[in-house]
Order: sequence, then C-alpha cells, then structure tokens
Amino acid sequence: MNLRSNAADEAFRREVASWLEQHLSGEFAQLRHRGGPGDEHSFVEERKAWERELARGGWTCIGWPQSHGGRGATIEQQVIFNEEYARAGGPGRIGHIGETLMGPTLIAYGSAEQQARYLPGIREGREFWCQGYSEPSAGSDLGNVKTRAELDADSGQWRINGQKVWTSWATESDYCFVIARTQPGSVGHKGLGFFMVALDQPGVTIRPIEQLTGSAEFNEVFFDDALCSAEDLIGGPEQGWQVAMALLGFERGVSTLGQQMLFQNELDQVVAAARDNGADRDPIIRQRIADAHIGLRIMRYNSMRMLAGGEDGSLSKEAMIYKLYWSSWHRNLGNLAMDVLGAEAQLLDGDGYQLSRLQGLFLYSRADTIYGGTNQIQRNLIAERALGMPREPRG
Amino acid sequence: MEFRFSQEQQMIFDTAAAYLAQTSDSSAVRAAMVAPHGYDRAAWQRQCEEMFWQGLLVPESCDGLGLGFVEAIGLLEKMGERLACTPFISSAVVVTSALNRAASGAQQQHYFAELLAGKTATLAYQGQTRRWDASAVTAQLTTSGDGWQLDGNYALVPHGSGADYLLLAARDERGALQLALLPSATPGLTVVNQPTMDQTRPLASVSAVAVQVTAGQLLNNGQCCAQLLNELIDIAAIAVAADQVGGAQQSLNMAVDYTQERVQFGRTIASFQAIKHKAADMMLKVEAARSVLYYAACVADEWRLAEADAESLAQAAAMAKSYCSDAYYFVAGSALQLFGGVGITSEYDIQLYFKRAKSTESFYGDGSYHRERVAAQLLDSSCEVAL
Repeated sequence: MNLRSNAADEAFRREVASWLEQHLSGEFAQLRHRGGPGDEHSFVEERKAWERELARGGWTCIGWPQSHGGRGATIEQQVIFNEEYARAGGPGRIGHIGETLMGPTLIAYGSAEQQARYLPGIREGREFWCQGYSEPSAGSDLGNVKTRAELDADSGQWRINGQKVWTSWATESDYCFVIARTQPGSVGHKGLGFFMVALDQPGVTIRPIEQLTGSAEFNEVFFDDALCSAEDLIGGPEQGWQVAMALLGFERGVSTLGQQMLFQNELDQVVAAARDNGADRDPIIRQRIADAHIGLRIMRYNSMRMLAGGEDGSLSKEAMIYKLYWSSWHRNLGNLAMDVLGAEAQLLDGDGYQLSRLQGLFLYSRADTIYGGTNQIQRNLIAERALGMPREPRG
Repeated sequence: MEFRFSQEQQMIFDTAAAYLAQTSDSSAVRAAMVAPHGYDRAAWQRQCEEMFWQGLLVPESCDGLGLGFVEAIGLLEKMGERLACTPFISSAVVVTSALNRAASGAQQQHYFAELLAGKTATLAYQGQTRRWDASAVTAQLTTSGDGWQLDGNYALVPHGSGADYLLLAARDERGALQLALLPSATPGLTVVNQPTMDQTRPLASVSAVAVQVTAGQLLNNGQCCAQLLNELIDIAAIAVAADQVGGAQQSLNMAVDYTQERVQFGRTIASFQAIKHKAADMMLKVEAARSVLYYAACVADEWRLAEADAESLAQAAAMAKSYCSDAYYFVAGSALQLFGGVGITSEYDIQLYFKRAKSTESFYGDGSYHRERVAAQLLDSSCEVAL
C-alpha cells in the first residue's frame, strides 16, 4: 500500500491535461464548468458537439477494451482522466449513461450484432442513452415493475406498454434501456426482459418533470404500443433482472472519481464564498468547512480502496457504503453553502427562477439521497448484505 | 498507486489477530487493567520474544525488522480490536521513530538494543494539557557544568509508570526545544502512576528536579527539536487512530453479534429496522475511518522515508485523528446502546471499548482540535491549498 504514481501514469496525466487545455477552447471554451447539477440543460447541442470532439481525440469510453474501440485504459488511467477532466472544468457529460452503463452492459451481455450496432454510436458521441428502470409504483421496490412487453408474432417485434419515471436525459436521448415484464402475471425479479428502445417513434411520449430547482433533469416516459425489434432484447426474455443488476454494478465505477472533482469544485466555491464574506472567521463554519474537506478526501480514499478491489470481484464493504456516504456528504455540502452565504443565499440573480450554482447545489443535492436507492434502502442493503442481519419481511 | 495490503502484510496481520486473540482476551485485558503499571510486564516481555513487534520500525541495520508504518498501522488495528494493554505505541512507534529520525549512530545502537530486548520508553512533553504540539512544553533545560539541568513537570504520560526510558522535552536557554532520552531511574526524576477512567491506557505524571543531562543524551545533536516533536505527536495521533479503527470494528462486530442473539417480541432484535439502520451507520463510519487511516499510514511511511514533509504529515494526521476519534466514539456508544441493559454492566466488554473510545478521542487532540488545524490550512493561508 502506497500513494506513489508511476512515470507512465504521470505522462498520461500530462497528455490528458494538455489535450483538454487545447481543445476546451474556441467554440468549446464557453462550456467550461457548465452542465453540472442544477445546470443540466445549458448548451445541450454544444455539449453534444463536445462529445464528438472528445471522441475524435479518442477520449470517450477509454475504459472499454481496445477490441470494442476503447483504449483499454487501466483503472488508474481512468481515474486520472476523470480527475483531469473535472480539473479542466470539462462540461457535464451527456454521453455518460451510454459510456458507463449501456456500453459495458453490451460488452458483457450483448451479441456481436448488438455490439456492432450500438457501441460505435456511443463511442463516437452520436447516440445518447437514458435509463428506464423506475416506475410510479416501482421506486425503491424495483421488482414491482409493471411495464409490459409482448412479442407480436406477425411482425416479430416487441410491443411495449407502460410508464417509466425519473428518467434523466430522456429529452436529449436517442435510446432508452427498459426493463419490462415479458411474462404476464409474473412478479418480482422473474419474467422481466431488458430492451433497447428507440425514443423517436410515435409510441413514446416524454414529459419533463419540473423539479424544486425550477429545472427538469428528470422525465416521465410513456410507452403506448412502442415498438422494439426482437434483435434489441439483451439476454433472454426472462433474463432482464440479471442484466439490469449487472448494469447497476458498472455504475459504481471510476466515474465516481470524476464526480468527486466536481464536488471539489463546489467545495472550493463554498470556501471562496466564506473567505469573501467573512464566514471563515466563524468557528462553527470553520469546523464545518474542515469537516466537508475531510469528508471529501475520505470519499477519495474510499474509492481508491474500492478500485483496488477484492480479487474475487465481489462487492467490498467500502463499495457498499459508497452511495450512502457520498449522497449524505453532498447534501450536507449544499446546506453548508447556504449557511456560509447566510440570508443573502435567498437572493436570486435576475428574473425568472435562475439559481446560482450554490443555490442549485443546495436544492439539487436533496435528490442525491433519494435516487439510485434511497439512504434508507442503502442502510437495509448494508445491514443485510455486509453485516448479515435479517432481511426485511416482504408484503 | 497501490491502495491495498500485500499478501505478506496481510499475513502479518492475520498472525497478529490470532496471537492477540490468545494473549489479549477479556480476562487478560481485565488483569492488565489492575496490574501495577497498568499492563502485564511479563506478557509484554513474552510478546517481545515471540512476536518481535517492538522491532517492527527498527532498521535492519540495527537488528530490527525494518518495516514501515503500513505494517505498524495494520498491526495497531488488531491491537485496538483486542484492547491491547501494552506500551507499543509509546515505545515501539513514537520513541522508536524519534530514534530513527534524530539519534546519532551511537545512540541508535545503544537504545535500539535496549528496546529490542523488551525495555520500554515513552515520550513526555506536556506541561499544558490542552495543547498537542511543541507549545505545550514548559520544562526548562539550563546549563550546568559540562551539561545541562532539567526541571519541570509533565502530565498525561502514556505508559509512564514502569517505562525504562523517558524521552523528555524541554526548552533550553535560547528557547530552542530539546529532546533528552534518560533512564527513568535517573536521580531527580519521579514518575507517579495516575489512575484512569479508561484502565486499558495507563497514564503517569513525571516531575524533574535538577536532573543532570549530558550531551550524549540529547537527540538531534542538540539542535532544535520543535518540528521533530510536532511530527512525533502527529505520528502518535495516526497510531492512536489505528487503535480506534480496530476498536470501532470490534465494537460493531460485538453489537451485531449480540443483536443476532437477543430475542424480543418473538424475533431477534437484529431484524428490526431501527437496529439495522443504526448498524449500517456504524459500518459506514468504520469503513470511512479505515480509508482515511490507510491514507495516513501511507503518508507516515513517506515521512519515515523522508519523502513527505511535516505539513503533509500534519494534514494526514489531522484528517485521520479527527475522523477516527469521532467514529470510534459514535460506534462504541451506539454499540453500548444496542446491547441494552447489559451494555452498562461491568461484566460485558463493550463498556471497555466505550471508555477507550473516549480516552483515545481526547488524546493527541480530539475531532474539533484537528478540524481547526485543517480549517487553518484551508482558510488562513494566502495561497491555494494543493489538492
């Protein structure tokens, strides 16, 4: 165990930093530090163009194997890329769901044809993806999915009916991966399929959900006889749950390190605000800023342990606490930001409900402890899977 | 960057866990708590002979194992799990580090031989007990004949009673901080054991009245040792943090085991969500504490190899000690609560962990103290803090 980085990794870091420095310029210069939480919808088209620029440089999907067009970058290199990207103020990624969730799932479970059809679009920043898991009655209880998929014998296509909710980026995406019930009357984890559904078709309606921030990162997606070709089912018609869970496993990956650099940017802004208005002389604020700083550093060391990983690939204890840890930390940072600003935190800049970055942080971070498994669900999982305590009774 | 233990390191820790399960079980701990010096001198001697842990940080050139802080911290976690009542931190970590850092060849040869044979040493510096750096030193070193004369009082000296050597901090007439390593039997030195609430970590007071000190007893060739003393205190803080992580882990394990056995309302209390969620919060603190501890262990090791400076060490120590202190107190306190009524009996061991959580929390600075250090680094410097 040590903290030393080797010369090759340091060279890689310089390569990434210098590429970003050169390319986040001209038309892309305006994108620096944009598109983060609370600012998701700024410069969407420009950011899609930026995704293609990244792709031209070979900086999308660097963790994918070379055989699928990636760089086969080591974990350490992926961490470095994410750190440098955030350090350079690279804009919020639009391609991240395809790159970090759909791509790895296709590589692990997709057929050669499916890989050939979909991986290039993700890698080249041409096609964007969103995730169709949650439903109005399937939130924490994901096994309660009601959306149906029926195979039409004549056309050989699947017909999808139902509703998804909390779908990030649906309005900007080309495809949605959907879990739907292929076996009528099945319950729980059984009888589900995993579908790749095109959003640009008559059977799909997308309705943005305005959030407490005034912006709308999440959407409702309605499927009304939406069509999905039989070739776009991953795994068998009853293997959806396994594929869906494997995909969530990919989510706890190296992108968390990039997320931490965004958090660092936010914390820096809180520190700057405190120095600016004298809150940094308040002993209690000082304690809380130090606590936030230490908390973020610990998040980094948690990830380093997580990425160093167990040899058997099983989910380690530090991986199990990860979501509960970062979401709680981030929510607290939002509150600290408001307390540093004091009553002035109430003032909006200009007309309309335009939030500053710190105001957006305060409100947006309330979602962190809810989506992707609430803090309460996380505690159940930790108690049951890591500590071996009894499972919750099922109704 | 390699952020996990090697197989060799893991083997050391597994061996330690097995040894301590035998030699530092509940009855051994309780016997040590009421032993004359607050620990079992014979058991320490046996441990020195059988395990040679006192030689862990001693260089191979001085007949030690020549290992580093990653090994020491992993071992200390195991000791914390078992409430080990030994002067390991004082003697084999703190004073040994001082010798590594600032002793002459002749001093190293002499003192390392003594420590490797099982003799013990401890650092005494605090005249003021709410400060955890060189500013706490009030003892004086004045010129006397060929050498010096040491006068002053020291409080809260860990494992002071029964220590064979004392590493004493004092200011000389120029105001420079000096560290002198003296046999505790030196005329003019008086060591008094002080009963403690946490009986697993004995403390003593030391007074020095006209104690004669020779040049050969001063570390760092008589040059100012203020920075070294601060570094040693940071090293001690990291070592205590390791003890805290081990203790917190064991408190969590004991509480979870107990709740899996205890039946109320016809079910084990571990099946209640109020209990599960408390246990989950405890585990989060334990794992986060472990993460920052391992980071601090790496920095301490870089410091040992002169690859990290005093400031990096201070930052790592402040982060680790603040988080681990609060984590241990939270986890041990929560564990005591989960034990219910039996948790507050003397028969059950959880109360021993709870007391150790509190005593280690304050020692070498508590959470607030170290957070303020971090705040000062972040907020009071004119330049940006490097990530």
